[in-house]
Amino acid sequence: MTLLLNGAPQEIAAGTLAEALAELGYAGRVVATAVNGDFVPARKRAEVTLKDGDRIEVVAPMQGG
Amino acid sequence: MAAFYGFAPDNPLFLGTAQYPSPAILAEAVRRSGAEVVTVSLRRESAGSGAGQAFWSLIRELGVKVLPNTAGCHTVKEAVTTAQMAREVFGTDWIKLEVIGEDDTLQPDVIALVEAARILSDDGFKVFPYTTEDIVVGSRLLDAGCEVLMPWGAPIGSGRGLNNPYGLRTMRQHFPDIPLVVDAGIGLPSHAAQAMELGYDGILLNTAVAKAGDPAAMAEAFALAIRAGRLAFAAQPIEARDMAAPSTPVMGKAFLA
Repeated sequence: MTLLLNGAPQEIAAGTLAEALAELGYAGRVVATAVNGDFVPARKRAEVTLKDGDRIEVVAPMQGG
Repeated sequence: MAAFYGFAPDNPLFLGTAQYPSPAILAEAVRRSGAEVVTVSLRRESAGSGAGQAFWSLIRELGVKVLPNTAGCHTVKEAVTTAQMAREVFGTDWIKLEVIGEDDTLQPDVIALVEAARILSDDGFKVFPYTTEDIVVGSRLLDAGCEVLMPWGAPIGSGRGLNNPYGLRTMRQHFPDIPLVVDAGIGLPSHAAQAMELGYDGILLNTAVAKAGDPAAMAEAFALAIRAGRLAFAAQPIEARDMAAPSTPVMGKAFLA
């Protein structure tokens, strides 16, 4: 299926958000996630099944003021 | 010494971590500032980039508290979701809540700010709202659950100092027991000292240090100015007056005319 990962189209095979993150290479990284604008806590990622066209945001710590 | 949600720093400088020439200079600036809290943010991270992970390691090594922000958010929904993500990533319920209403001045959308502050406070966040010096908005933010207010000095990154000293003084007098932090617009240590002399409890700044020619030295200059301003406020400054008042006693002066 095709997702929008951080705004860019991305083909993935995975079914859940947890599987998608592993497939995309985020395993072990300090990141937070949202699907279609809603926060998905790390402990819930394995319960969220992705659909074609879902918007996934993956964010990490960054400098800020 | 003011406590921000129970945390009473010796040095009430909240230092931003963006725009430094290098991570090493950022680290040196934080150390020389003596800041006990630094602000941080969240941005999209690609799987191939380790930038966020490296930055987070650097901050953890500094041993300071972090205050994540919701910079760049324009809606309640964006700000709330960003805050939720920040709480998980940074492991803190502190959030510097920014809801921007207008891009020329980056003025807060205070209506959305109050709504977001209520949602986040109800969800257990300790909200540090970036607001204006409007005392009615300040009251609404307190009603929403905020225990700290952070009025702007001037637009973010402008370095103009305190645009409305009267408004900030009024705010201080209206909320004598609420921790107040001037956030944004500070350009010089004297601006920070001025805010502390008004009785403010802290200063949040970033650009004035990060973009200085020598950020670490400027960080120390701000620390000194904040300390001086706080000491001056506690020492009860004199009132300004229009006419001169001789400081050297006139009585007993030799008559030499």
